[in-house]
Amino acid sequence: MTTVIFPGRFESLEKISKFVKKAARNAGLGEDAVYGVELAVDEACSNIIEHAYQGENVGDIECTCEVTVSGIKIVICDNGQPFDPGQVPKPDLSSPVEERKKGGLGLFYIDQMMDEARFEFTPGKNKLIMIKHK
Amino acid sequence: MEITTTQYNRCDVVKMTGRVDTYTAPKLQETMDAVVESGKNNIVFDMSEVDFLSSKGLWVLTETQKKCKKQRGKLVLVNTDEKIRKSFDLVGMGDYFDIFDDLTAAVGSF
Repeated sequence: MTTVIFPGRFESLEKISKFVKKAARNAGLGEDAVYGVELAVDEACSNIIEHAYQGENVGDIECTCEVTVSGIKIVICDNGQPFDPGQVPKPDLSSPVEERKKGGLGLFYIDQMMDEARFEFTPGKNKLIMIKHK
Repeated sequence: MEITTTQYNRCDVVKMTGRVDTYTAPKLQETMDAVVESGKNNIVFDMSEVDFLSSKGLWVLTETQKKCKKQRGKLVLVNTDEKIRKSFDLVGMGDYFDIFDDLTAAVGSF
């Protein structure tokens, strides 16, 4: 299990991506699954900076990767504003693209790309636990 | 990350290298906007060296497509990685862009 703490700014996204991709490959995931993990983690961290911290350089992003028997477990923590995932509007995927409202795809990609994804909110700490099988 | 623009007679080719994420997407949007504002509305986005595209990147492409179409132009993509194409399909945007496997064919489509 390896944990790295990254500064909460968009420039960190590439470094976070490299860290999780390496772990996902070490866990034996195929390249499509590695890309899925990269996309889910990128969307999650981007949301943390934009919504939980509401700006860059406000707080850190703690990322833990654990290689398991079945694949990889990734835990992403922040100390920003908590939110209710149930209140986030689902993206409109059926209307013509011209009529769709911007945003809302991040959580959708996280759900689609990972085998399991769940949030835990405790006072002062938000946690996203994601699992991807081989 | 590097973004270049090459002008052809009937279209401009925008080429980017690396990742299109929340950090780099605004720079891609700026480049696309500059092309459209210069009066060009046929754009080829060369993705042969783009290895990642997040939802922010996808919105840049859809916004650019809308702006081009408003002026009777079009944004087309070339050499889009299969994994990125799948992420378009997942959100029902797979048909929103013409995707070419070859730069010459993409430029020649205008």
